[in-house]
Amino acid sequence: MSEPVLRVERAYKRFGGLLAVDNVSLAVEAGRITALIGPNGAGKTTLFSIISGFLPASEGRVFHRGADITGMPPHLVARRGIVRTFQIVQPFAGLTVHENIAIGAHLSRRSRADALDAAAEVASTVGLGDLLGRPAASLTVAGRKRLEVARALAAEPKLLLLDEVLAGLNPAEVATMVPIIRGIADSGVTILMIEHVMQAVMSLAGHVFVLAEGRIIAEGAPQVVVDNPRVVEAYLGDGAAARLSAAGGAHV
Amino acid sequence: MLSPVILVPAILNGLLTGAVYGLVALGLTLIYGVLHIINFAHGALLTAAMFAAFFAHRLLALDPYLAAIVLTPLFFALGYCLQRFVIGPAAHGEDRNILLVTLGLAVVIENLLLYAFGADTRTLNLDYAFDIVDLGIAFLALPRVIGFGVVLVVALVLWLILSLTDTGKAIRAVAKEKLGAELSGIDVGHIYAVTFGLGTACLAIAACLLIPTYYVNPHVGNAFVLIAFTIVVLGGMGSVALVGGLFIGVVESLCGLYLGESLGQIGIFVMFILVLLFRPSGLFGERA
Amino acid sequence: MRGPSIAHIVLVIAVLATVPLLTASNAVLNFLIVALLIALVGQGWNVLGGYGGQYSFGHAAFFGTGAYVTAILQMRYGINAWPAFALGIASGALVGAAIGALTFRSGLKGSYFALVTLAFAEVLRILASVAPITGAGVGILITLDLRPQAFQFQSRAPFYWIVLALLAASLVIVRLIEQSRFGAWLVAVRENEDAAKAVGVDTVRVKLVAMTISAAITAAGGGFYVQYFLYIDSGIAYGPWISIEALLAPIVGGIGTVFGPLIGAVVVKTLGELTKLITGDAPGLDLVIYGGVLVLIVAFAPHGITSLLAALRIRFARLRPSASEGTHV
Repeated sequence: MSEPVLRVERAYKRFGGLLAVDNVSLAVEAGRITALIGPNGAGKTTLFSIISGFLPASEGRVFHRGADITGMPPHLVARRGIVRTFQIVQPFAGLTVHENIAIGAHLSRRSRADALDAAAEVASTVGLGDLLGRPAASLTVAGRKRLEVARALAAEPKLLLLDEVLAGLNPAEVATMVPIIRGIADSGVTILMIEHVMQAVMSLAGHVFVLAEGRIIAEGAPQVVVDNPRVVEAYLGDGAAARLSAAGGAHV
Repeated sequence: MLSPVILVPAILNGLLTGAVYGLVALGLTLIYGVLHIINFAHGALLTAAMFAAFFAHRLLALDPYLAAIVLTPLFFALGYCLQRFVIGPAAHGEDRNILLVTLGLAVVIENLLLYAFGADTRTLNLDYAFDIVDLGIAFLALPRVIGFGVVLVVALVLWLILSLTDTGKAIRAVAKEKLGAELSGIDVGHIYAVTFGLGTACLAIAACLLIPTYYVNPHVGNAFVLIAFTIVVLGGMGSVALVGGLFIGVVESLCGLYLGESLGQIGIFVMFILVLLFRPSGLFGERA
Repeated sequence: MRGPSIAHIVLVIAVLATVPLLTASNAVLNFLIVALLIALVGQGWNVLGGYGGQYSFGHAAFFGTGAYVTAILQMRYGINAWPAFALGIASGALVGAAIGALTFRSGLKGSYFALVTLAFAEVLRILASVAPITGAGVGILITLDLRPQAFQFQSRAPFYWIVLALLAASLVIVRLIEQSRFGAWLVAVRENEDAAKAVGVDTVRVKLVAMTISAAITAAGGGFYVQYFLYIDSGIAYGPWISIEALLAPIVGGIGTVFGPLIGAVVVKTLGELTKLITGDAPGLDLVIYGGVLVLIVAFAPHGITSLLAALRIRFARLRPSASEGTHV
């Protein structure tokens, strides 16, 4: 078994009295789409922030291709090829779509012209090709989510951390995004995604981790995880699994 | 150099000065705690209040302690109007703009005073300015002792306002959770203006307390406000702001004792810079 | 990034260079020299504030250092004015790097950054007002020596061309920044630091470099000031007046643009002159006007005059069938 691209080892994160991440260990295999799901407030985004260097872990280690990157500053994590998106989108509001994506492209390109060219290409792969000259602030929610992905993509990550890129999108918009994400994975990028939209998780993810109250409560193939009674209870409350199977076994 | 005969009066005088620092800081932290802005115009407003107190005596023969009764509501209104009609609208809610607008106001007020009254330093010569309170180990200037007492009263009154009145509760609500307060029907713009007015009113009182023993010129407010800024940055709110003021008053008194006036001033600035650089992390983000 | 090309810059400079050939009026030349000087200092502020989004309220720290070092090296160490001037710029850059290193590593931003820069400038002012090397309360007078070798001239025209050349250099530097990766990173830091970090931008280092360049340009203004006026003291060198004018010019003219500080400096200085004409030379009045202008600009035209002009251009463009322009950066 080769070294996983990303390995989190016994991570804890305390905010004062609150334990947001509680003894989390997980591994992400190369070339796959791995999903991180769980109810709101479970600690998923906190975990992303720890992995990408935006927050220090209270305890625990993060390994990237075997190298210890715990506590590495975010820009150095990004330069190692790990790029994250933000749950609440963070565009460069005063710049155009083109300029936004180009900043991502500048990670590996020095010349302005090269970065702008690469950005234009990435823009068309996510369907923003017609909107290059628009101010980022003028995009719809769906557009901004795509911009977020495009900018991360332009930085040519080997590991992409997507934080709820489908949140707030209507079913048609979700249906457009899912193949884009699959396309990214097909091109060789490992993806770790936090997601609530279950149909996307089912169709995209090869492996799923479930986080509830800061702890990993289940992991495995999507179909298996979703049927796990503990997972059902984490979302729907105690006893829900029993009630559901008594009522005829409805799925989450 | 460390004999109690020198130290104790220095410390006590430091406490008395520090009380006024605390009052100035109280006004600033009130504004900061509710509007989440650093009011760059605080110093200029204090200077304006001191000029007002000065001329209240010069032209109207109003004793500063009496002038406070008139100036406090006047400056409350001034602060209210500034926030409601100038700062709030001009800034469009953007932090960077608020910075510039309060700076612009500071420049306008300070230089208006300079233009109107010249750069000369003036003092009031009041009969009781040199009256002494004899504590045995130290002689303390009467006006400063009065000042200490008034500050404690003002702090108490402010606390009562904030805890017991509806407006006070609204202020605390807005400070904690602006959106929620708005949704509950609180007029946030009005509350911001009231808070700014209260902060400015504190300055009016502080000015009246200072003017018997302190000089006034167009730049006098800045030194006091710098101390207030230091306290804000240290995270002092409410009673902590007062205690912070007392502490810094003592430190300044001791520094002035050993380093002389100019270097004493530098000491405050250096302390301010150090506090900014090494402040407890995690308490303050980008938003001022 | 959209902006004037180097050719545009050369054109504007060339036109401005003809002014001393068209007029011999000392009043006009003096006015323009001061305006160009403020434009230079403002351009320095613009690099850090306009492009980098870090608003310094204490740029006097760099102006004054450039001025004092230039003066002290000449008067106390007998060094020739030109290398003294160069060392003045270098010293200003060093002070900028030092302050930047301290403040950016501490993560100071927004109002806190503005406060700390203000504090640094004040500390320098107080130090300069008591230190013997800066002449304490008396200041430093540069001995009259009207030869080009001493960076002094008999007439104003050479001074005009020199400050114009310095300004031209600053315009070119800013344009080059606009077109470089560093410039893209700098603007990213201004717009959203976290997002910038997430795509590999070393935000602390970018800010530090911007601060150093900004300080160097502003220090050049200080050095020029002292050669032109032949006198400096702590209030002139490190006083709030220059910190205010340094930020006012770019904000009025167009923050984050190449020509913004130039336009703003001319407008602000013209306002100052008009004020003096109407009310006489009262101390403080010009700053009252400047403070008022600052509030008005922020309220009604936060991106300055150039953005108003751009908006007008868009209005006219809409009247024609061709496509409208994008926003300016």
